[in-house]
Amino acid sequence: MVDLTAAPDMLRTADGRPLKAALAQAQRKAKWRAFFLVLPLLAFVVLTFIVPILKMLERSVNHDGFSSNAPTLVAWFNDHPATADIPEDAYAALVTDLQQMQKDKTAGAAGTRINYTVPGTISVFKSAAREAEKLQPPYKDALIASNKMWGDPLVWVAMRNASSAYTSDFYMVSADLKRDAAGNLVRVEDNQRIYVYLFVKTFVLSIVITVACLLLAFPIAHLLAVLPMAKSNLLMILVLLPFWTSLLVRTSSWIAILQEQGIINDLMVWIGVFSEDGRVRMIYNQTGTIIVMTHILLPFMVLPLYSVMRVIPPSYARAARSLGATSWTTFRRIYLPQTLPGIAAGSLLVFILAVGYYITPALVGGADGQLISNLISFHMNKANWSMAAALAAILLAAVLLLYWLYDRLIGIDRLKLG
Amino acid sequence: MVATSPNDAFVAFEHVQKSYDGVSLVVKDLNLAIGKGEFLTMLGPSGSGKTTCLMMLAGFETATHGRIMLDGTNINEVPPHKRGIGMVFQNYALFPHMTVGENLSFPLEVRGMGKSDREAKVKRALDMVQMYSFINRRPAQLSGGQQQRIALARALVFDPSLVLMDEPLGALDKQLREHMQFEIKHLHESLGITVVYVTHDQGEALTMSDRVAVFNDGRIQQLATPSDLYERPDNSFVAQFIGENNKLPGTIESIGDGKCTVRLETGEVIDATPVNVSTKGAKTLVSIRPERVEYKPEAMPAGAHTIDAEVMEFIYMGDMFRTRLRVAGSDEFVIKSRNTLGQRMLAPGEKIKIGWAPQDARALDPM
Repeated sequence: MVDLTAAPDMLRTADGRPLKAALAQAQRKAKWRAFFLVLPLLAFVVLTFIVPILKMLERSVNHDGFSSNAPTLVAWFNDHPATADIPEDAYAALVTDLQQMQKDKTAGAAGTRINYTVPGTISVFKSAAREAEKLQPPYKDALIASNKMWGDPLVWVAMRNASSAYTSDFYMVSADLKRDAAGNLVRVEDNQRIYVYLFVKTFVLSIVITVACLLLAFPIAHLLAVLPMAKSNLLMILVLLPFWTSLLVRTSSWIAILQEQGIINDLMVWIGVFSEDGRVRMIYNQTGTIIVMTHILLPFMVLPLYSVMRVIPPSYARAARSLGATSWTTFRRIYLPQTLPGIAAGSLLVFILAVGYYITPALVGGADGQLISNLISFHMNKANWSMAAALAAILLAAVLLLYWLYDRLIGIDRLKLG
Repeated sequence: MVATSPNDAFVAFEHVQKSYDGVSLVVKDLNLAIGKGEFLTMLGPSGSGKTTCLMMLAGFETATHGRIMLDGTNINEVPPHKRGIGMVFQNYALFPHMTVGENLSFPLEVRGMGKSDREAKVKRALDMVQMYSFINRRPAQLSGGQQQRIALARALVFDPSLVLMDEPLGALDKQLREHMQFEIKHLHESLGITVVYVTHDQGEALTMSDRVAVFNDGRIQQLATPSDLYERPDNSFVAQFIGENNKLPGTIESIGDGKCTVRLETGEVIDATPVNVSTKGAKTLVSIRPERVEYKPEAMPAGAHTIDAEVMEFIYMGDMFRTRLRVAGSDEFVIKSRNTLGQRMLAPGEKIKIGWAPQDARALDPM
């Protein structure tokens, strides 16, 4: 036998060219043709997906509202290290900038940037800019006299941090952290910690929804996979029905079913389980979010499970039974392990969709059924692009981390989505 | 070894009927007794009910009527995992997420066997099929023949006294299939187990079995040893299904004393042996094996009836010659002759005389 591994450089074509080069040339044309065929899609994806995401990531670390509108103060910050006591020339620089802001009508933009870390500063900037022309030196006393917040070291820490357009402040805020007067990161007061709590709640609710979907979908998917074609097609239509109905219609029908005067409550009162005064509200709260989202996301669990189960031959279960396994052992040791790619794919899909779900919690979540997406949307409505971007970036990172974990544990090549 | 009555049978089907839809019967009044240590093959075309019978024996299908007995007890109500029957499936059904070793260990684990006992048994079973070195492989890493051996080892590892095989060699190529036939037969002989084997391949059935049950239309058409089945088919179906046969339709001219004469449709009268025809004037189909027909006058058997034939086609097959002839108005009469020293090759258009011994011409029911 020819030893191919010993001297790979000896492999040459008949006219003496290296085999690898000859192969590459032979395939070049086909590769270019394939590339041109996917080029439109590639351009579309880059323009509409990758570029916006990169832009969003950039926004989450970049906000020039203060740095571009307060150049004098920024220059002063660059020349002087941070001190506890702010000298007069810093206030002078600030007033110069405020006067310019009034002319350019940019005090709001600068104030907005500082407002992220020190709430309530937008109005302070706006009013100070209005009065800037009339202020007389010493500016320090004059400014503090107009609003004592100008003497607050937190404001100065915030302005120093905002003197560069690039900042991690939005991530800091997203992690419920703030800077104290000395510039150290500390947690915000208990009653202001909303982001971490909401992230945790979003993940916990998503896990609950994923598990509920899995428990409900597994028997249906199995039934779909084993029933004769005619019956399983009918069942499949029932499973896919939610897909074909408007999200709003589905959501409002759940409202009709779950509300206090709704069908379930009426039924329970009629049977006598609940008393007339003991009606339970199952919508506009966390319960509503879980129930409705489980229903909406169920097909995303059923389909991957079904596609995996359909190709598991019944002879495996028969073999296990003939080898002496009870039906439970057969399920646990033989059937379940073979459905794992479907379970993993469905769970990943449902979880990722649930984590970023917006419309359903907004419609039926009430006060305590809101998820992180609703907060992102809130910031977007307020044009707090950077804050929304930072929260979205954290969500994206969490999902990517999950994806990576999945790849490590199960292998992305085993993902089966139907 | 061969059970003749249900009383001393190891496996017995008693008046078993099976219907899937409540309208038609897939298995019609099946009675079959299988002796301990016997190798019995259920042979038949697809849809003949043979696989259904196997599935009822394994416990995956329930009999609509009748009893199935295993070692003297009625197993109709016994679930499959308590029957203790080894089974080899058509597609092997090796668990893809387990290694070869885990596959074999599985039946022992569910029986609560200790680790050291399990390892010893798995090793013994794998040695039996010469596959011990593959113990840590996954089924997907094995070739078809190797998977087949593992499936066999898995069906045997827990020492079942009865092993069912459902077309186990169907997916293998011809050479490997023939090799595995002998291997299975040798395992059967050395282990002394009872084997019920389902196949639609008659060569496989004849090679391996002690007895063959030929299924058609939900009934056993003939239950006999391979040689009886081939040489003395009971009816036209079996004669046509097993091996190749020349058919000459005609009517009984005279009958009696184990002999008969048949007038063919073209007017010739030939000698034959009556099998399942009894009355004069009845329609019949005379069946003659191609290799039992002689065309050299000097080799003609004693008492042979000769008849005119015209060579239509001559096919050289290496060890055999296959000649298609026109005999009694039919173009489909085939003879097979061995390529022996000095054998003459016939040419199309040549007129010859052929003949056969009367006991090889079997007068069967018309199809």
